[in-house]
Amino acid sequence: MGRTALLRRLLLVPPTLIGVAIVVFVLLRVVPGDPIAMMIPPGASAEDIDRLRALYGLDQSILVQLFAWFGDLVTGDLGTSISLRQNVATLILGRLPATLELVAFATVIAVVLGGFLALIGAFYRRRAGEWIVDGVIGFVVAIPDFLWGLIFILVFGVVYPLLPISGRIDPRLSTDFATQFYLVESLVTGQFTILKGLLAHMLMPALALALPLSAIIARVLKSSLAVAESAEYAQMATARGFSRRSVLIEEALPNAAIPTVTLTGVQFTFLVGGTVLIERIFSYEGIGNMAVDAVINRDLPLIQGIVLTFAILFIAINLAIDILVTFLNPRLRRG
Amino acid sequence: MAEPASSPAADAAPAAPRRPSHPIEPRLVIGLIVVGALLIIAAFAPLIAPHDPLEQDLLYSMLPPSWQSGGEPGYFFGTDNLGRDILSRLIYATRVALTVAFVAALLAAAIGSLLGLSAGYFGGIVDQAVSRLVEVWMAFPPVLLAIVLAAVLGAGLSSVIVAIVVVDWTRFARVVRSETMVEREMEYVASARTLGLSGPFILAKEVLPNVLPLIITLLSVEMGIAIVVEAILSFVGLSVSTDFPTWGGMIAEGRQVVYQTPWLLGLPIACIVVSVLGFNLTGDGLRHALDPVHRR
Amino acid sequence: MTTPILTVDHLVVTIKGTPVLRDVSLRVAPGEVHGLVGESGAGKSTIGKAVLGLLPRAAKIAGGYVMFDGVDLVGMGEAERRKLLTKEIALIPQDPMTALNPVKRIGAQIIRPLTRHLGLSKQEARARALSLLGEVAIRDPEGVLERYPHELSGGMRQRVLIAMAFSTTPRLIIADEPTTALDVTVQRQILALIRDLQTRHDAALLFVTHDLGVVAKICDRVTVLHAGRVLEQGSCAQVIEHPHHAYTQALLAATPRFDRPGEVLAPVPAELAASLWKEAASWDAQHPGGAR
Repeated sequence: MGRTALLRRLLLVPPTLIGVAIVVFVLLRVVPGDPIAMMIPPGASAEDIDRLRALYGLDQSILVQLFAWFGDLVTGDLGTSISLRQNVATLILGRLPATLELVAFATVIAVVLGGFLALIGAFYRRRAGEWIVDGVIGFVVAIPDFLWGLIFILVFGVVYPLLPISGRIDPRLSTDFATQFYLVESLVTGQFTILKGLLAHMLMPALALALPLSAIIARVLKSSLAVAESAEYAQMATARGFSRRSVLIEEALPNAAIPTVTLTGVQFTFLVGGTVLIERIFSYEGIGNMAVDAVINRDLPLIQGIVLTFAILFIAINLAIDILVTFLNPRLRRG
Repeated sequence: MAEPASSPAADAAPAAPRRPSHPIEPRLVIGLIVVGALLIIAAFAPLIAPHDPLEQDLLYSMLPPSWQSGGEPGYFFGTDNLGRDILSRLIYATRVALTVAFVAALLAAAIGSLLGLSAGYFGGIVDQAVSRLVEVWMAFPPVLLAIVLAAVLGAGLSSVIVAIVVVDWTRFARVVRSETMVEREMEYVASARTLGLSGPFILAKEVLPNVLPLIITLLSVEMGIAIVVEAILSFVGLSVSTDFPTWGGMIAEGRQVVYQTPWLLGLPIACIVVSVLGFNLTGDGLRHALDPVHRR
Repeated sequence: MTTPILTVDHLVVTIKGTPVLRDVSLRVAPGEVHGLVGESGAGKSTIGKAVLGLLPRAAKIAGGYVMFDGVDLVGMGEAERRKLLTKEIALIPQDPMTALNPVKRIGAQIIRPLTRHLGLSKQEARARALSLLGEVAIRDPEGVLERYPHELSGGMRQRVLIAMAFSTTPRLIIADEPTTALDVTVQRQILALIRDLQTRHDAALLFVTHDLGVVAKICDRVTVLHAGRVLEQGSCAQVIEHPHHAYTQALLAATPRFDRPGEVLAPVPAELAASLWKEAASWDAQHPGGAR
């Protein structure tokens, strides 16, 4: 993307984030439930309650709280979690790598699976193969990731127990990680048994996240491939003696990828959002799981921090997609 | 036949053979059958369900389905850990699911479409405002937003409905907005304008009927989504009180005892899958039936 | 008499049951430039597509033969035909705007068939590409190799396509209205280029066009087609100077001529067209489904 366009996109980021922040903030303050009341041990005195409330700044008007929070935000201080009593930023950064790895794994699965289905469907166009692919896509896309996760637990965790159904890693394994990027680290340091264990734990949640996206990718890519295959340049390649397979993969696919990325980019944010539930049902220790607890506990600073984190992720994803499209489509590049 | 002026399009590659349009769209039929069945089950629940869904009988708890060893004929799908009949609970849960589906989807459609129509038709500041709002809204992970809202609003069906509406109105707004903008450019709007008709009037009379098929299709998809969201919220414990059966609540319970009684988890999942498929098929079928030149 | 490089023998092609080529025969000798003239819908592109194996799915070859250097093209297996297409037969397409893959550089598009199918090394292929680009009068061949199609003008793209066609040293080239999509000023250059390369590389050329004027400029022999039927055939000089068929005469009358600049042009008379279509219809009646 041209440099000025990129700059303009980046400039739009802060206002969007501010908008998100405000919405969350106000929503949470309109709360009937009182977070302080939820965490007080029985028998606490009224002064204790007031002191706690003052400590978290909840005794002031919404506007004052908002400005105070913004002030802190600018300095990078996301506050302290009410329920966990730790620094929110630290908490989030501690769990974020787990979620990022899960999302990355899910994305790879989605792209490979979706691409594969689309290519098969395109190759067997107007024959039985395509109807089968259409059927598979239609079935998969109808079931949300949440349900896929539960189905997997049922089928592969209980009925035919093949995979572990909770956590990031078998607690019995001795691990010694420097960062929270378990997958990357174990890969880099060559600890392949641990890597296998990690992947086994991640497979079902990642697959559950990936399936809806893969179905959509398959659908869009398949029809884009049909369009590309009928284009003149594809006919030319056939006239030059390239096999159908070669034309499909080497001529049509690079072109078909462009509208596919554009149209399925939005869906990718749903994948990221889906981590909230999937991590929950698989007891996977990422920020999604933490978010659910935070909401149940009315932990306002933590909720705000996580929502902001997701918002930043979404914006980053949208930006990355635009850059990817520019990379794929030379007509969009400006020198 | 000899034709002096025209000639057969021999040189042009003939268009790909179009699929013959069915007079009756099969997807629509199947979808409506499913939805209809659900409606009947929900409406006649007291007559269909063999037991009271809330009735506990601890002597008969954790029974397997009646056809397996240890099952009782009276409890077709078995019982949960409190001895409640699963089949009856599934049937009554249909009521919750469908109520939420219809009300939430209709409200989301109404609000979203209204905003989308306004933005698309009036353009300018209205469009800018709505678009910014949608953008900010879509920066939230929808599930998280729904959970936050439900938590904020407290337990109960109405909060679930509000949560769904607040989260998903953007789906309608975006699509309706772009469709409206397309329709606005079309001639009939311009001609209506030249006749001196006012904005909202044109909106209602000209644009709306053309956008309506799209809204209806989205509506049925939204209903499927609403059912899932309700299930999610009750899974997390934020829907109606845990006593009254909901599919999501049953899933949560089933998750706890999945090793002992897997069907307690599997059956409500199946119910949701069937419902969502039914609504999706209906939506898909409607799209094909209402818009023969459907743009994919 | 050497074997013609291309033999079309009583070819009948139907699309969805409707005849499109009604018993067409022609021969192209090695190194010959053979013009195939007719108005839109006459079936001229169909012949080219039949040779290249690019007929649409709904098309059927109901009768006759198409032979390349004496070998039956129609009955040939997939792999064999593909081998022919990679080397012996090439295509210069009509529309330079869409015939090049928009997301690949020109260099990659020229070189890939050479390295993949002809087994040339990367350097050899690149050298050949550069030399051919020079032959089609492209001023900065190295630069063009690095460019994407959208960065070139229509005329340049057509030159690239011409270079590509000749790059595999084919013995037969199908040129499908290669100048139609270009403006008039560029047309002449491209035409000269094609003729030039054709002579130099000694390739036979089946030149499909609706413009008899173009045919007159570069063709050795010409076939006049209407409604999938051959109306006239012969050496170019013969047909142009002494046309036999009324239709050919009408076509000539409609073509602007350099040596008769003030001449009034006349379209093909309606009655002539009508009677020709009637003849086509009666052929259809005598050959239901295209049977011979």
